Amino acid sequence: MEFFGPVLDGFNVVLDPTNLLYCLLGVVVGMLIGVLPGLGPAATIAILLPMTYGVEPVTAIIMLAGIFYGAQYGGTITSVLLRLPGEASSVVTVFDGYVMAKQGRAGAALGIAAIGSFFGATISIIGLTFLAPLVASFALDFGPPEYTALAMLGILLVATISGGTKIKAIIAAAVGLFLATIGRDGFTGAERFTFGNLSLADGIDFVPIAMGLFGLGEILYNLEERHRAANAPVKVSKVWPQRKDIKEASGAIGRGSVLGFFLGILPGGGATIASLASYAMEKKTAKDPSRFGKGAIEGVAGPESANNAAATSSFIPLLTLGIPANATMAIIFGALLIQGITPGPQLINDNPQLFWGVVNSMYIGNILLLIMSIPLIGVFVKILRVRAAILAPITALITMLGAYTIRNSMFDVLLVVLFGAIGYLMKKFGFEPGPLVLAFVLGSLLESNLRRSLLVLEGDPTGFFTRPISATLLVLFIFVAVWPVIKSGIEKRKAGSLASTIASEKEKENA
Amino acid sequence: MSIIVGYVPSNVGEAAVAAAIQEAKLRDEQLLIVNSSREGSLVDKNTASEEDLARVLDTAVKAGVSAQVIESTYRDDLTEEFLGLADKHEVSLIVIGLRQRSQVGKFIMGSQAQRILLQAEHPVLAVKAP
Repeated sequence: MEFFGPVLDGFNVVLDPTNLLYCLLGVVVGMLIGVLPGLGPAATIAILLPMTYGVEPVTAIIMLAGIFYGAQYGGTITSVLLRLPGEASSVVTVFDGYVMAKQGRAGAALGIAAIGSFFGATISIIGLTFLAPLVASFALDFGPPEYTALAMLGILLVATISGGTKIKAIIAAAVGLFLATIGRDGFTGAERFTFGNLSLADGIDFVPIAMGLFGLGEILYNLEERHRAANAPVKVSKVWPQRKDIKEASGAIGRGSVLGFFLGILPGGGATIASLASYAMEKKTAKDPSRFGKGAIEGVAGPESANNAAATSSFIPLLTLGIPANATMAIIFGALLIQGITPGPQLINDNPQLFWGVVNSMYIGNILLLIMSIPLIGVFVKILRVRAAILAPITALITMLGAYTIRNSMFDVLLVVLFGAIGYLMKKFGFEPGPLVLAFVLGSLLESNLRRSLLVLEGDPTGFFTRPISATLLVLFIFVAVWPVIKSGIEKRKAGSLASTIASEKEKENA
Repeated sequence: MSIIVGYVPSNVGEAAVAAAIQEAKLRDEQLLIVNSSREGSLVDKNTASEEDLARVLDTAVKAGVSAQVIESTYRDDLTEEFLGLADKHEVSLIVIGLRQRSQVGKFIMGSQAQRILLQAEHPVLAVKAP
């Protein structure tokens, strides 16, 4: 019972009316922005960060987490009905979901997606409950060198695994690391890159960067799409899936949940990769792979279960190691820092209320989402009728107001505008803002731990390799860093030998 | 010469198309079916689905009228877009549907039908839903 005591206490925290209310608020907002293509969970959480200043840390994180996993439910709706993925993690749902809608089975697709999401998330929460304390107790032995290695690995993984061009992601991450060095040096007090500006002396705050890059940047980018013509509404009926559908999809839901759980833990992993991997797996294990892309219900159930499982399990590295696994987690990391809580291995022991409160709130949140996404789906579809020209100014206004209210400082508002412009240009030129924000968050962690460990190791960098955990992590780091080079080398050799065989065969033909 | 008809997926729209088909047959002219969808929002209930347009086109062809669907979108002003299309194709008749709208409703929302009736430079046939 020693283990379950704090877990049960966590339910007490969740059932507090305020927390329940914020949980509901979080999942409703998450569902709404999930339905709206363009504005993602990272952007919404960034925009709503100032709202969490006035509330308890537990309540704030419960709400932000609700937005994150709620968006995974909502993203399905537009994928199925309009062939427009609401979130990046619902892209694969389009393949079979939209075809199902064309066949008049939109209700079944949405219903099975909601049920799959619910199961995926629940399995993942149970996994989180048991795995997180284990990881945290393991990580208690971590010293500064281990954290240095882990932060480096985290940045590298996010830069290499995340979508888009690798070089561009690495450039973005490098800019993020650079931005993290602005301000007063924590060890010597020297001012760096402040140009004598007092507002920059304490460094750039995380919130304006996140609000600008994700919030304003995405709003501006979406305005480009405001002249897209409207679609005809699709009628959704019979949302409850039939017994036959459930039977067909149950295997996919189970496989997707487990796969999603493990992919979510990896740094740089997360919901998008999990859904892609699950779709590929379903196609491979299916008896008749040709059905995929023609309305196979497994092609909806698997990825949708996987993305919710991954969304949930990506809280593990954040809450146990203090390393955000993806951009959204980086923003929640920032939210925790604002509340004066440093996520890390000590969190479970120092702050069991917060940890178990957030974890257990996910059970409640997922039940709420299941209720909302099956009978109330028509209500959420109505939001699609709002025009971008109305939505964008409102969100921009909320962003600006929020930026100002953090510290009543116009400098922050200017920063948001500046980073909004940068974020827009980044998206325009194919740079993902995710690696930048993540590197910025991990940058200060990396710097302070690197310097601390160099003090401990008396300035000897080889000391990193004499400690088993940091050595392992660094070897992994080097492997991930040079892997693309090795891989392309192997492929070149293969292609080369193939080309030579073709050439020799041609010679034979000619002779 | 041709006849242009504004179609929306409702009984008003169906009535307009039915009247337009009859008129086109009578005059032996080509029928142009327009369903202009608004830009900006993702879903609009006045936008016809592909099935709807195919069905309407089919009805016209079955009635022995040569018909054609014109793709169109509008940004702010439906009336302007619709009348622009009418001018461009030099139509002999515009057919639109009228829906019931209260005085207050018309005051607040305005009426596209009224504006088409007043501003059109071609004859207009306005049809009420049965």
